[in-house]
Amino acid sequence: MKREIVLPGDEMDERKGRKLGNGVYEEDGKVFSRFLGMTKVSENEVNVIPLSGVYMPKLSDRIIGIIDEVEISGWFVDINSPYSGFLPISEAVEEFVDLNRTDLSRYFDIGDAILCRISRLTKNKNVQLSMRDFESRKLRGGTVIKVTPTKIPRIIGKEGSMITLIKTKTKCEITAGQNGLIWIRGEDKGKAIEAILTIERESHTFGLTEKIEKMLGQEEDDTGKSMSDPDNWADKKIQSTDE
Amino acid sequence: MGKKADKELIIGGIRTDQRLPDQMRDVEMEVGVITSSNGSAKVSFGKTTAIASVHGPRSLFPKFLQESTTGIMRCRYNMAPFSVDDRKSPGPDRRSTELSKVIRQSFQPTLMLEDYPKATVDTFIEVIEADGSTRVTGINALSLALASAGIPMKDLVAACSVGKIDDTLIVDLNGLEDNNSESDVAVAMMPRKNIVTLLQMDGVLTKEEFMTLLNTAKKSCNKIFEQQQATLMEKYKGDE
Repeated sequence: MKREIVLPGDEMDERKGRKLGNGVYEEDGKVFSRFLGMTKVSENEVNVIPLSGVYMPKLSDRIIGIIDEVEISGWFVDINSPYSGFLPISEAVEEFVDLNRTDLSRYFDIGDAILCRISRLTKNKNVQLSMRDFESRKLRGGTVIKVTPTKIPRIIGKEGSMITLIKTKTKCEITAGQNGLIWIRGEDKGKAIEAILTIERESHTFGLTEKIEKMLGQEEDDTGKSMSDPDNWADKKIQSTDE
Repeated sequence: MGKKADKELIIGGIRTDQRLPDQMRDVEMEVGVITSSNGSAKVSFGKTTAIASVHGPRSLFPKFLQESTTGIMRCRYNMAPFSVDDRKSPGPDRRSTELSKVIRQSFQPTLMLEDYPKATVDTFIEVIEADGSTRVTGINALSLALASAGIPMKDLVAACSVGKIDDTLIVDLNGLEDNNSESDVAVAMMPRKNIVTLLQMDGVLTKEEFMTLLNTAKKSCNKIFEQQQATLMEKYKGDE
């Protein structure tokens, strides 16, 4: 499988009866790219993975959301996308809630980070969220950082290799949402953030795992501008959810 | 287009800035100049410089502007007060409103926004130095910015201006030529599909002259397109 960078409108190949994947369109039996991205061509499918862009909701994606608005029977959640998600109370809380008497902000308030799943998605992008599974929870403490959504697979690595490496080296809890938000909690989170931002910046290069391993192996950070210092976070789109 | 110049603008086949009639000015392109936007680019044609930035796709308000079947694109073309010799009064005027509209329309055939219902792609073109052909410079910059923002497109858009002075057909008018030309034509096109997306003309041309100019413009657009491709590849190729 060859990988190369294509621009919008680049001709990729004859279709040859293959399935049209994401990021391509067909004209006169030829397949063209829609995006500036990486090709992913196999024997039965033609794809282009964009190098940049916003997160588009996909059914059953595990994502991190930030509560935007508290409503009568649920929450509007910012999912780092052009569309906001709605989390109804029945999908979030196990116990019985008397809606007339309870203020829902006692469960989740504005600014809280949650780990949830996209449970329903309509054609005109109404997004419904659910927390009815074992992994979903409120993310207490820690920090949420924003990266390019298309680079999340690189940060997670093959079968989670990259993210496990960062977790074990920094002893941090890390959860990556498919929508480009990553939650990190732990003593050494500055180092973890630095590693993740390095991966985002250099995601297209080879030998990245070794580089990160070496980077985290160093005891002292000699870059001068340490990410452990909250003063340096402002330009990195980092939002602290420390309580 | 305007009145006849005080002095000759083309002497012995050489223009005021030492160019041949079919020669473009030096074109410079840079991608990713504004970090807070989803995509951005800066393009200079000689002394003309435009910066384009793309924000979105993002949610669109007020709600009545939303289209339930497709995303929309909005565009703002603006000239900085310091971009011209006499200070331009800031803010939108008749000219920039028109240019915003034609620039938006020149991207309509290439954008594929049907995957982004109810959303908008907001684009901004800021001319920081004006010396003729600002609209085509803006279009070239915006094309790069849209590609780097990850907006789905059928093809890039390349644009250039052509015109006529003293019965000579010329390419890429500068400010002086723009003000004193007998006619000027702005052309934007999708080079690989050979689709013209913007065609504006001022002044008087014969049919033959016009067809020649259009063909010259297409050739120049292809040259610009090659440079656009090279710029984007350079930026995203990385260390591979």
